[in-house]
Amino acid sequence: MDRTDTGSGTQPAAAAREQAGQAARAAWLRVLALADPEALEQAVGRLGALPAYRLLRKPESGMAMVRGRAGGTGAQFNLGEVSVTRCAVTLEPGVVGVGYVQGRTHRQAEQIAVLDALLQLPGWHARVQAEVVAPLAMERAARGEHEAAVAAQTKVEFFTMVRGED
Amino acid sequence: MPGQPIAAQAAGYDNAPAGRQAPMLLPGFDDAVQSAQRTFRAALDAMSHPGTIGEVAEPCGVPPGLSPALSALLLALADSDTPVWLPPQTPEGVRAFLRFHCGCPLVAEVGQATFVAVPAGHAVPDLAACAQGDPAYPDRSATLLLEVASLCDGPAVTLRGPGIERQATLAVQGLPAGFWTQWQANHARFPLGVDVLLTSASRLCALPRTTQAEA
Repeated sequence: MDRTDTGSGTQPAAAAREQAGQAARAAWLRVLALADPEALEQAVGRLGALPAYRLLRKPESGMAMVRGRAGGTGAQFNLGEVSVTRCAVTLEPGVVGVGYVQGRTHRQAEQIAVLDALLQLPGWHARVQAEVVAPLAMERAARGEHEAAVAAQTKVEFFTMVRGED
Repeated sequence: MPGQPIAAQAAGYDNAPAGRQAPMLLPGFDDAVQSAQRTFRAALDAMSHPGTIGEVAEPCGVPPGLSPALSALLLALADSDTPVWLPPQTPEGVRAFLRFHCGCPLVAEVGQATFVAVPAGHAVPDLAACAQGDPAYPDRSATLLLEVASLCDGPAVTLRGPGIERQATLAVQGLPAGFWTQWQANHARFPLGVDVLLTSASRLCALPRTTQAEA
């Protein structure tokens, strides 16, 4: 919603770079939104003093409809509503950062918005990637692997004996 | 995809030229719920008492090109269901501001707009060119938000109609030439026709389609 349409359809290289940039941004927003609030708090603390920012849209909670598709191919249906909190901030050179998070943790939405804005600044990008996004992504991957390993212990292999009817 | 791929993909952000940033966005209302409700109330009061000058003094971001009252009215009234028309030379900052805070479609065709907003210094489209509503649904007409130089030191016009006990006097400075002639035609189209909200800095005044005006 805060995208600026640069109308670069005639320049494939610029459009491709724009698309890669969007994909990268979506990837770090995903990592931050799925991070544990306390881990995010600690990671932000490691960055030290952050530049001053202005709230463009104060953290606000609302509802979003989650839609599903049975079996991945069926018709879409409404699964239910989840609460979502969003926030937008702006930093000095006119960069806009957004934060969306499931639930009602206003602080996390605001932190994500600030980090998103910093990640768009050339001077901050590498540091925030290394000190916040990468550790949180690793933590999440480790948590996923752990859960998969725990679930795998209870895995049961079913097979059918040949019954020799014919 | 945890860990490494993100940093590799993000190479574009390491050497992003500063020029690709959008114009600086301003915040909306300080207190979105209360301020939007107060602004709506001010517009409602103005519409119920045509010719009475009201005040909209809600703290909100005012992008260059808009007045405080026009900005507050658009923040309170426009949303994703209400297409907004702006003059073609409106600064990009105003468009970005409305897209971000209101999420309203910005249309190029004046007849498709629910709100026709004309900041100071732009030509006002003909009242007849705006959406007039449908005989079955007269409410599907446009509301014009016009910024004028002053609401009290212009040529005086006498107003009559619902919401005015006997008559009211309005002295607007800065309306386009021939506005009151167009207004008579607009009044004659009742129940169709457009409604007008005049703003000047942080003041506002309404002309619903039921109001008769005599110079």
